[in-house]
Amino acid sequence: MHPTRFRLIGILIVCLIGVMLALPNVLPKDMAGRLPEWLTPVNLGLDLQGGSHLLLEVEVKEVLREQLTSLVEGARAGLRKERVGYANLGVEGDAMTVKILEPERLSDARRLLQEMDREVVIEAKEGGVLVARYGEQAMRARTTAAVDQSIEIVRRRIDELGTREPTIVRQGESRILVQIPGVDDPERVKSLIGKTAKLTFHLVDATAAPGRVPPGSEVLPATERGGNLPESYVVRKKVELGGDALVDAGVSFQQNVPVVSFRFDTAGGRKFGDLTTENVGRQLAIVLDRKVISAPVIRTPIIGGSGIIEGNFTVQTAQDLALLLRAGALPAPLTVLEERTVGPDLGADSIRAGAVASALGLVFVILFMLVAYGVFGVIANLALILNLILLVACLSAIGATLTLPGIAGIVLTMGMAVDANVLIFERMREEYRNGRTVLNAMQAGFDRAIITIFDSNLTTLVAAALLFAFGTGPVRGFAVTLTIGLTTSMFTAVMVTRAMLAIWVRRVRPKVLPI
Amino acid sequence: MRLLKILPETPKFDFIGRRVIALAFTAVIILGSFATLATRGLNFGIDFAGGILIEVKTPGPADLGAMRATLSGLGLGEVALQTFGAPSDVLIRVQRQPGDEKAQLSALQAVKQALGQTVEYRRTELVGPKVGDELVRDGVMAVLFSIVAIAAYVWFRFEWQFGVGALVATFHDVIATFGLFSITGMEFNLTVVAAILTIAGYSINDTVVEYDRVRENLRKYKVMPLFDLLNQSVNETLSRTILTGGTTLLALMSLYFLGGEVLSGFSLAMIFGVLIGTYSSVYVAMPVLYYFDLRRDGGGTERDEPAEERTAG
Repeated sequence: MHPTRFRLIGILIVCLIGVMLALPNVLPKDMAGRLPEWLTPVNLGLDLQGGSHLLLEVEVKEVLREQLTSLVEGARAGLRKERVGYANLGVEGDAMTVKILEPERLSDARRLLQEMDREVVIEAKEGGVLVARYGEQAMRARTTAAVDQSIEIVRRRIDELGTREPTIVRQGESRILVQIPGVDDPERVKSLIGKTAKLTFHLVDATAAPGRVPPGSEVLPATERGGNLPESYVVRKKVELGGDALVDAGVSFQQNVPVVSFRFDTAGGRKFGDLTTENVGRQLAIVLDRKVISAPVIRTPIIGGSGIIEGNFTVQTAQDLALLLRAGALPAPLTVLEERTVGPDLGADSIRAGAVASALGLVFVILFMLVAYGVFGVIANLALILNLILLVACLSAIGATLTLPGIAGIVLTMGMAVDANVLIFERMREEYRNGRTVLNAMQAGFDRAIITIFDSNLTTLVAAALLFAFGTGPVRGFAVTLTIGLTTSMFTAVMVTRAMLAIWVRRVRPKVLPI
Repeated sequence: MRLLKILPETPKFDFIGRRVIALAFTAVIILGSFATLATRGLNFGIDFAGGILIEVKTPGPADLGAMRATLSGLGLGEVALQTFGAPSDVLIRVQRQPGDEKAQLSALQAVKQALGQTVEYRRTELVGPKVGDELVRDGVMAVLFSIVAIAAYVWFRFEWQFGVGALVATFHDVIATFGLFSITGMEFNLTVVAAILTIAGYSINDTVVEYDRVRENLRKYKVMPLFDLLNQSVNETLSRTILTGGTTLLALMSLYFLGGEVLSGFSLAMIFGVLIGTYSSVYVAMPVLYYFDLRRDGGGTERDEPAEERTAG
């Protein structure tokens, strides 16, 4: 029954480490801050500290569509240059198709397409039709690249907001999970993340007659409506300059009205200079995500590579646009699949409610065990408290996130953790009634109860593991605390209780079992 | 010496003798649960149904009538308002909007615009159709897998009759909890799924403790009739059943009354689960062993002995 010195020291060491790891959670903030890095308090989930949880999906279909569109444009230019006659050039489903008019030039056309993009698979169909599509592998590589790039852009945009410690991780093939603690205005975050922010400059097509759009031009709606502003503009499809040539953007004021100022890189600046020199007197449309922000008339050539965008901004919208331009455009649009935002006050209330519930639960369980088992109850309660300390220590050490359901897991663990002790004590009682001596009864009680504890806890662990595997978000937090709690309770209820009981037996030398 | 004497030292209740009454009761619970699930269904929260949930705090006591008028003017379909806790705490539920995820987002914006900045947004949850469907699928899988995995584990550790008994008892508890949520119309959400899985875990824990005693007694008393043996096993573990159930219920009660709105559904489900799980360990899991005539099938014979010794060491 009595543990070896070796085992006793082992138990003490585990307990000391546990207390040390759990300590940062109860120290005041300024003291906890001075501790070494590996001694950190447990992370609080967004439901406890407040914040936004956003699940975004990259619309990878858009990536494919854009790829195919650029393939079509490339083919048009290439075939024209090589003077290959073609018809019906366009996108069909997930492929680009083109009919080559002269059969003898089919192989030339095919070679040309292949040289444009090594990754397309070209198929020749009847009647001189060529079908080019991306292989599965190439498509997947592009999707991955698009998602990676999106994560990077989202990170830059969120960092610009100055929020602390955002978590931005990929989830599955095309999803991004964003968790931002302590957000005041989730709508602003969403609108910032959700915008593709593709900025392009187009010339306004002044030749278009009302109601008739010439080929090579298109109608784009205006961002701002009402007043004497036009509802839409007819602009050339050709992109004169893109937002990717920008190096900086910021907010400045012109006659007390906020505007967005920007600066191009050297090449972009030269191009912008040429563009504005050649087109003095014409309107230049500034287009963001296929909506025209404004279309000012070019009065003088703009040399030097910087300019401003006017557009009926408020200070906030101007700041947001500048931020988006600095962070860059997303390769594909993002959709919000799920949002969970908790205000900081509710988080604080939840912590308080959780703490009160846990404390009261603990008091109840302790009283219950005292009434039921007397001296042994004291020992079981010490083991229970140690179990809680170890549970908090494990959560802190592995960097787990404590959520509100996680607190529920802790409270439930308290109720269930004493089960092991109850099993042991009840068994001792039984063995004692059957006529064994105190020491014998205690020994037998332990040995028999351990099989039961092992079986019953393992089945519960199976359930907890499945909860973790299939659970999402808050449910996982619950599974984590339940799993750790069950594991630590095996240690405290069996090893620690056993050692304490052994010491008690040696000191007191009881004649009767006190339970 | 014992401070708390709830039970006689060696209780001799006739549990198995009342199995017919118990089975009738069980049948009522199961059939009733199926009936209410078929007719009333479950009140799915936005986790599964998709849609929007907003918790706001108004500066003074909330004027639900005015709020309802404002929000139903937005044309978003069913908008449910409800105060809870304080009269200034309002829970707003907007049904899943037809269309894709963008439709949900614009509905959320519309609601926020209509409510304005005077209210404090304590909680906002939006679940689009895609995620909602996935959560349903994951939830169903988790519940089914865990029941099967638990039964398989019990089969592996005991005899096949025990595995069947555990499967039936766990299934019983899960169905009954579904039935409870159906008949009360309480919101069925992700945390309730967690509660159901935990109930399955707790119930199996309870069953395994009693089965463990049956296994031991089968070896100890080679000639005792199964009827008496099962009865004795339940009686021997009875005080443990009551004590552990008691501490767990105490902890859950404090969670239910003090843990706040978010956890109330979870803790209520768990309280019900502890009660039904304890019941099923005695009155469902045991009769299954009895009806399978465990003894004649040679359950718990000599050959188990060495394995048990290994675990004990």
